[in-house]
Amino acid sequence: MSNDVPTDLRYTRSHEWVRVDDEGIATIGITDHAQELLGDLVFVELPEVGSELGAGAECAVVESVKAASDVFSPLSGEVVEVNEVLADAPETINQDAYEDGWIFRIRMADPDELDALMDADSYAEHSESDED
Amino acid sequence: MLIQELSRPGRRAFAQAPKDRPLLEGIPAALLRSGAAALPEVSEMQAVRHYTRLSQKNFSIDTQFYPLGSCTMKYNPRACNSLAMLPGLLARHPHAPATHSQGFMACMYELQEMLKDVTGMKSVSLVPAAGAQGEFAGVAMIRAYHDSRGDTARREIIVPDAAHGTNPATAVMCGYTVREIPTLDDGDVDVEALKQALGPQTAGIMLTNPSTVGVFERRITEIARLVHEAGGLLYYDGANLNAILGKVRPGDMGFDVIHMNLHKTFSTPHGGGGPGAGPVGVSQRLIPFLPVPMVGFDGHDYFWLTEKECPQTIGKLSAFAGNAGVLLRAYVYARMLGREGMVRVAEYATLNANYLAKRLADAGFELAYPRRRATHEFIITLKRQAKELGITAMDFAKRLLDHGYHAPTTYFPLLVPECFLVEPTETEAMDALDGFVEAMTKIQSEAENTPEVVKTAPHSLPVRRLDDVRAARELDLRWNQGS
Repeated sequence: MSNDVPTDLRYTRSHEWVRVDDEGIATIGITDHAQELLGDLVFVELPEVGSELGAGAECAVVESVKAASDVFSPLSGEVVEVNEVLADAPETINQDAYEDGWIFRIRMADPDELDALMDADSYAEHSESDED
Repeated sequence: MLIQELSRPGRRAFAQAPKDRPLLEGIPAALLRSGAAALPEVSEMQAVRHYTRLSQKNFSIDTQFYPLGSCTMKYNPRACNSLAMLPGLLARHPHAPATHSQGFMACMYELQEMLKDVTGMKSVSLVPAAGAQGEFAGVAMIRAYHDSRGDTARREIIVPDAAHGTNPATAVMCGYTVREIPTLDDGDVDVEALKQALGPQTAGIMLTNPSTVGVFERRITEIARLVHEAGGLLYYDGANLNAILGKVRPGDMGFDVIHMNLHKTFSTPHGGGGPGAGPVGVSQRLIPFLPVPMVGFDGHDYFWLTEKECPQTIGKLSAFAGNAGVLLRAYVYARMLGREGMVRVAEYATLNANYLAKRLADAGFELAYPRRRATHEFIITLKRQAKELGITAMDFAKRLLDHGYHAPTTYFPLLVPECFLVEPTETEAMDALDGFVEAMTKIQSEAENTPEVVKTAPHSLPVRRLDDVRAARELDLRWNQGS
């Protein structure tokens, strides 16, 4: 399976990705590998804007015809925006996991937490070993 | 075709038409229908043909091998149904006084006693009307027990990641938070992770044994000791009771509360969402909290045990005492089997599963837990086929339908990729198991040589591959005239 893992993102073992902008806002989604394992998504439950998340907290649910799976926040912070498009078009994650398929944005409470996340190479290795 | 599409104005089935207009006194005008209900207008014969045809399109245990893992789709002896439908039982009104219900109550009392005996629990209530309600009653009793002792800081229920989805759902329904613990590669619960998770916040743990991965939890007595030492209670999910019936008892393993799916293990046709029965059994300390009404016996008469006699009960769960029809079938089934018959159920369920697992492994299929002996069910993983041939577990499942087999459970448990959970049950003969292996081998060869046939299956059924993604995304259950 050819999963291109973008090199400008950080990753979790539980298959979330994080993109950080200059203002300390982190955009979070699930990886292409994760959407491929889940199959066609039929429902996404989004976190609430304004809620405070701890690193590792369950904050969203992605559901396919095969399975429902929790999404965990890779970082702590306050949810500032959610991707409303997913409510009507959960398949956006299947089509474009790293761009249009983002799930939520948080204002980071502690940017040092990024250091604990994986880079693209480590994640690519992790997701391949996960397959066997 | 929908029966509405057969409708022609004025066509009637007189045998079912009421002779008189019904009395509608006392119903506010705003709630009354102004025109006639848009019911299909068909003849009696058309209705009979329509529904007979629909029934012929079904896969069922009465027509096909149905190895749907975790669901125990075994043969339900006709005698159970016939005896449960004796006129004296069928015509008994639920409000009939105990003095007029002694026969029925004797059956219920004896069923309570037999279930106690086969599970090793100290007392049983037959009240819960399905497995989910049994689970709810079980965890509600755990909560009532802690509350009665003023031990209210226990807010957490531990659930292994291999559990049925209903377990964490039940814990949440009862006001608990769920703490998940992992399963080891050999299928056992990770006892080290359990030790980490236990503490003064632990209300209990919910376990299925044999677990959903089809292996017996070998360290169950150690787990029970650890949970009890931490002050928690153990809940047993009876989903897989068929595997251990008469062989090992949850009460002896150290469980405090269990539910049993009588419709699965004790002979009621199930799977269509129809009536179930999820009796609960408890250890000594949970007896006061059992749901009511139960049947008591003073050596002479049978009587109801209600809120009056059981003031600490979690209460009633429905208007009456559970699903009488399912309980009666279970009673007849248990009486027909007897103690030695129940042991035979577990032995043949396990023998059939292990025979089928071995034959599939010999045919080249990969067992998910090859080092473990299967219980009443086992898992094969088709991840190699998915990776190398692009043929998924779902493709295999659909193609099995063409070969006349109901597919095993697919994609559950979630721990195993591209999995089939296969439960042949004790009621299948060796020929049926051999036939299934033959079909699987044939599909494997098709997957290698003519993959399109498998990818586009089924080919021989009334409907082709259903678009389950679209069905989930655009739910449409309403028939519209002219659409």
